[in-house]
Amino acid sequence: MTTAAAPRVIFSRPELLNDVSTHYCPGCGHGIVHRLLAEVLGELELGPRTIAVAPVGCAVFAYDYLGLDWVEAPHGRAPAVATGIRRVRPDNFVLAYQGDGDLAAIGTAEIIHAAGRGELITVIFVNNGIYGMTGGQMAPTTLLGQRTTSTPAGREARLAGYPIPMTEMLAILPGVAYAARGSVIDPAHIGKAKGMIKRACQAQIDGTGFAIVEVLSTCPVGWGMTAHESMEHLADVEKVYPLGVLVDRSTATLQPASGKGG
Amino acid sequence: MTAILERRSAVSPKRSKRARVLMKGNEAIAEAAIQAGCDAYFGYPITPQAELLEWMARRMPELGRAFVQAESELGAINMGLGAAATGARVLVSTSSPGMSLMAEAMSYMAGSETPLVLVNVMRGGPGLGSIGPSQSDYFQAVKGHGHGDYRVPVLAPASIGEAVELVASAFEIAERYRTPVIMLADGILGQAMEPVAPHFRHPRRRQFDWALTGADGRPPRVLRSLHLQPERLEEHNIALKAKYREIVQREVRWSGEQLDDADLVVVAYGTAARVAHSAMTKARGEGMRVGLFRPITLWPFPEPQLHELALQAAAMLVVELSAGQMVEDVRLAVDGRCPVAFHGRTGGMVPSPDEVLEQLRQLASRVSARGVA
Amino acid sequence: MTGDAVATLGRAEVVEAATWSPLAIARDRCKGCELCVAACPHHLLALDRTIVNALGYHPIQLLDAALCTSCAFCARVCPDAVFTVYAPPKRETAR
Repeated sequence: MTTAAAPRVIFSRPELLNDVSTHYCPGCGHGIVHRLLAEVLGELELGPRTIAVAPVGCAVFAYDYLGLDWVEAPHGRAPAVATGIRRVRPDNFVLAYQGDGDLAAIGTAEIIHAAGRGELITVIFVNNGIYGMTGGQMAPTTLLGQRTTSTPAGREARLAGYPIPMTEMLAILPGVAYAARGSVIDPAHIGKAKGMIKRACQAQIDGTGFAIVEVLSTCPVGWGMTAHESMEHLADVEKVYPLGVLVDRSTATLQPASGKGG
Repeated sequence: MTAILERRSAVSPKRSKRARVLMKGNEAIAEAAIQAGCDAYFGYPITPQAELLEWMARRMPELGRAFVQAESELGAINMGLGAAATGARVLVSTSSPGMSLMAEAMSYMAGSETPLVLVNVMRGGPGLGSIGPSQSDYFQAVKGHGHGDYRVPVLAPASIGEAVELVASAFEIAERYRTPVIMLADGILGQAMEPVAPHFRHPRRRQFDWALTGADGRPPRVLRSLHLQPERLEEHNIALKAKYREIVQREVRWSGEQLDDADLVVVAYGTAARVAHSAMTKARGEGMRVGLFRPITLWPFPEPQLHELALQAAAMLVVELSAGQMVEDVRLAVDGRCPVAFHGRTGGMVPSPDEVLEQLRQLASRVSARGVA
Repeated sequence: MTGDAVATLGRAEVVEAATWSPLAIARDRCKGCELCVAACPHHLLALDRTIVNALGYHPIQLLDAALCTSCAFCARVCPDAVFTVYAPPKRETAR
């Protein structure tokens, strides 16, 4: 640095985020979510205890970017793989990181049943409404009217159905301690999403149940927009996938006198 | 365990030092896995192996070990993959249609070199098929299941007692070579009850430098099968191939009966071998010089042994509970040195010893008609 | 969002300016997505179109260090953890 007295650092790359360039496209939300995860795991001192499960999707290389023990799961199977880990490693922290194809399409059975079992795992669900890795095809979370390479005329309900609200569906299951949806649309929302991720990790630490945070994210290249335009598009996505905490049973469990939650 | 065995009274103590107990195949295999130190079991109910899952459902929680009845075979094998990734000793069981669902994860585990033992209690196929016994998953176990260049050791017991012993061997092989291992049983083996000497092996534990346990005070570890650069993936495949060569050199198992003077050799595995054994005994009684060659590892296949035997034999008869799968490997091994005939039943049907005996008679007369005998 | 100071800089380059800078920018990591440009409330960031980094992008640059308030909005929206943000020096001496 250039000054004599070392200046106080307000913000820097978190330790668990490896000092490498990522393969993600410019403006891709994965980079932001990875960083939030690195910050939260660092603050909760979970890094050395974590065993994480990587998806198939753009984030398959998450294991190059976050300094944790990782296992690659077949497409969609991450919650089952995480269950296997959780059942034999009671003292580890178990994390699954998935995209919308992984979780909402091919992996629907696995996520529902892990949540149904109240499995003590934390799932980060990055929803960018498209299949990025394979070139921009429709996802179950693609909006009606959205153009993708497999819905070139825009998604039509009659042919391709409606966007599926996975987190709402999971929130009604009694085994789910915490389910929330955040977004990376601007610094304030990014901060809120970090809070949700922290809460979801805490639910596992406290042993209260299954926790999931869905993060609305961007795919500028797949959407055919600039990074800035794709952030603005998230405002439209929010209308179909509203933000907020869908269920938080973790506090109810810890304080039985409370009337809130399940 | 003693209490459970005592409830099923001992039978026929004369052939072993300890009293033997009558056990159902599925349950004996499950208990053998437990005694071998199985840390986790994942499964899904499917006939004819549901008793294996049920035994585990009762015993594993008693012992404080992991048990999950998964949402599907797909869930079960992937839970197995996860647990195995941490270095745990894992058993998964299923029957044929469930094996098809497990194919994907087998490929991933072969690629990431993750040890796990999978028991397939075969039933009639294809499709939903029947719940009767079969051996129609030979191709699937030995040649197929998942995509990509890989092999998986396949063990084929012919009795419940042998199955119990091979469970321990399966864990040993899986961990020594970092590979999934399949034990191929059939509906008869799974459902029958036989006297079992309650002597179970517990293979010693290895230290794994690849197991995921949390990067505490060491660099992070990654278990993956993805290697996007062709040069890197080729390197990986070459390394896998070298491993398979080593397994071929060291792990072949087979058993032979009355082969020394045999003109006709029956080649069969599992339940088919037991039928063949009875047929052989009857044939010997009629003056035919028949021997039995029984592969115990279907991969690595006892190819050199059969190749050698083909010089001596006038002909071979392969008997399978299928439309003819192992017979192809027998023919490859024999390499034209002698004729190889086939007899099989499908759909859950089991040939009788007399049926096989008739085949042997016909083979014998064909062979002498050619003047080869 | 705290961390150790200089140890995490890694391969970051410091944007040299006549006065002290509140931002250290890893120009070799920047992908020119310009999310920080929109996020900065004082409009102090822009791509340096005179150079192209090893990734093939115009990297970001801080236009006027004196006007930066170290709010760290740029760092929070950056998908590539390009920024390290420092407190302004006058707050330092007050401690």
